[in-house]
Amino acid sequence: MLMKGVFILATQNKNTFSVQKMIQEKKKRKSAGGITEKIMPYILFFTAAVSVLTTIGIVFTLIVETFLFFDVVSIKEFLFGKKWYPFSETNGSFGILPLVMGTLKVSFIAAVVAVPIGLASAIYLSEYASDRTRRIIKPILEVLAGIPTIVYGFFALTFVTPILRDIIPSLEIFNALSPGIVIGIMITPMIASLSEDAMTSVPNAMREGALALGSTKFEVAIKVVLPAAVSGIVASIVLAISRAIGETMIVAVAGGSTPNMEWNLTGSIQTMTAYIVQVSQGDVGYGTTIYYSIYAVGMTLFVFTLVMNLFAQYITRRFREVY
Amino acid sequence: MNLINHESVVKRMKSRLTKNIFSKWIFLALTMFILLILGVLLYRIFSQGFGYLDLQFLQSLPSRKPENAGVYAALIGTMWLMAVVAPVSLLLGVGTAIYLEEYAKDNWITNFIKVNISNLAGVPSIVFGLLGLTVFVRALALGTSVLAAGLTMSLLVLPVIIVAAQEAIRAVPSQLREASFGLGATKWQTIVRIVLPAAIPGILTGAILALSRAIGETAPLVVLGMPLFLAFLPRTVLDSMTVLPLQIYNWTSRPQVEFHALAAAGIIVLLFMLIVMNSIAVLIRNKFQKRY
Repeated sequence: MLMKGVFILATQNKNTFSVQKMIQEKKKRKSAGGITEKIMPYILFFTAAVSVLTTIGIVFTLIVETFLFFDVVSIKEFLFGKKWYPFSETNGSFGILPLVMGTLKVSFIAAVVAVPIGLASAIYLSEYASDRTRRIIKPILEVLAGIPTIVYGFFALTFVTPILRDIIPSLEIFNALSPGIVIGIMITPMIASLSEDAMTSVPNAMREGALALGSTKFEVAIKVVLPAAVSGIVASIVLAISRAIGETMIVAVAGGSTPNMEWNLTGSIQTMTAYIVQVSQGDVGYGTTIYYSIYAVGMTLFVFTLVMNLFAQYITRRFREVY
Repeated sequence: MNLINHESVVKRMKSRLTKNIFSKWIFLALTMFILLILGVLLYRIFSQGFGYLDLQFLQSLPSRKPENAGVYAALIGTMWLMAVVAPVSLLLGVGTAIYLEEYAKDNWITNFIKVNISNLAGVPSIVFGLLGLTVFVRALALGTSVLAAGLTMSLLVLPVIIVAAQEAIRAVPSQLREASFGLGATKWQTIVRIVLPAAIPGILTGAILALSRAIGETAPLVVLGMPLFLAFLPRTVLDSMTVLPLQIYNWTSRPQVEFHALAAAGIIVLLFMLIVMNSIAVLIRNKFQKRY
């Protein structure tokens, strides 16, 4: 019926209703469309190139400005110097070790807090929790991971520090302990959720095998699941510590601005990131040594985190157990 | 002969079972501890800041007197930031994802782009600030403008959007594409009319999450030299501005307790915006889940 109708229409109105003609006309009209078809891949490739350009931009910027910095300060002094007094008018000294020390202290405390709690929640969620519990707890962990770092900084300064000062009277207002603990809280969800992913991907057959041999649930978790998922777990810890190293606002708010090489955790410190913030906030002239020094510090920070991220990727690729 | 020493098995059984139960409670307690901290954090901030939170707080410019101060300038600044970051990062992110999923050949360039994106996601945000300071603030002479801040933030959240969009596009079943090709559609027509509409919920979810990261970030903007304290509103994208996290940072770093309460009130506003955005993302995700 329909075909017949079309046929009648086509014969009645010869110049419009031939399918062949329609396709031809369409093709003619779509010559512009043909161009879209050809150039779109290039436009899209350009957008994809932006992310590569960003990396190149970061590396290039850091290297160029760092070299300008090394015109004034020797590389040897920068890498091995144990004094960081950039604002001294007569003889400022730029040895990065105190800043690195501050960063490492804070990251170490963060790891001490985050690794046990993160792993415990990961084990609980993947081995013990019911589906319903997991569906409640996982989104809450996501909320924790989504809280802006300035909020954690505020929390560290106005809540954690006063409490710690009640416990340890010698604690200064700005110290390494409080931001370290709060950064630990911040990175815990990351360890928990990435490790949980690694543990859930361990096949159930292995758990059932161990249970059938008489293991308790705890033994299954510690002796079977944990070793099987170890690459993912280690990678998650490395990534989380790399986040802690790059963390800025918490240490800028609660860590203080006294770079030093001391081993105690109760005194004021300065991390690499906090130094960059301190300089950015002051009115340091463009082109001064201090201005270039933030790029040298940024470069050091970038190398630290890049090495850790590459290491995490290497672990996941190299030691992944494929079932 | 007994292969299994029955007695010692029974003897050890008790301690193994105790350990089992004990450890379960420890794992649970540590998990609950972290949730408890979230509760304490929220409670502290609400109890501290709630008193300052009123219409006047939302409508006032920052002031040296705590009782007159408000977040109006910062709130408008955050809106401006979103207005720049949303289109720029969406365009670049979705473009990259389409390229990688639909066009890219499996060669070293594609591989390089992928490795690059995953590494970019791990770069500390403050380093993006240094990039923005050199390229946007100095080289392109945009100064501490809305545009400079927006472009820096767009680059920062780009990996998030790319990954989300890639996953969304990958989840579109290939039968849909094949059916479209079968009806004579070209590749670009298929992408625009079939793949993208099907992938839009996933892309939107990712975009909202990326945006909520952008409005919460502080460090890169501090490095750009954005003002922490500004008593006027931006009129164009080339004007200077301040945003909520910067305003909160400014109030937090003052010694007076009144300003800490203001900071807490500012945090409530910021968290409220984030909760609204995340709820929208969750709604979109639930509404469009499992369509195929």
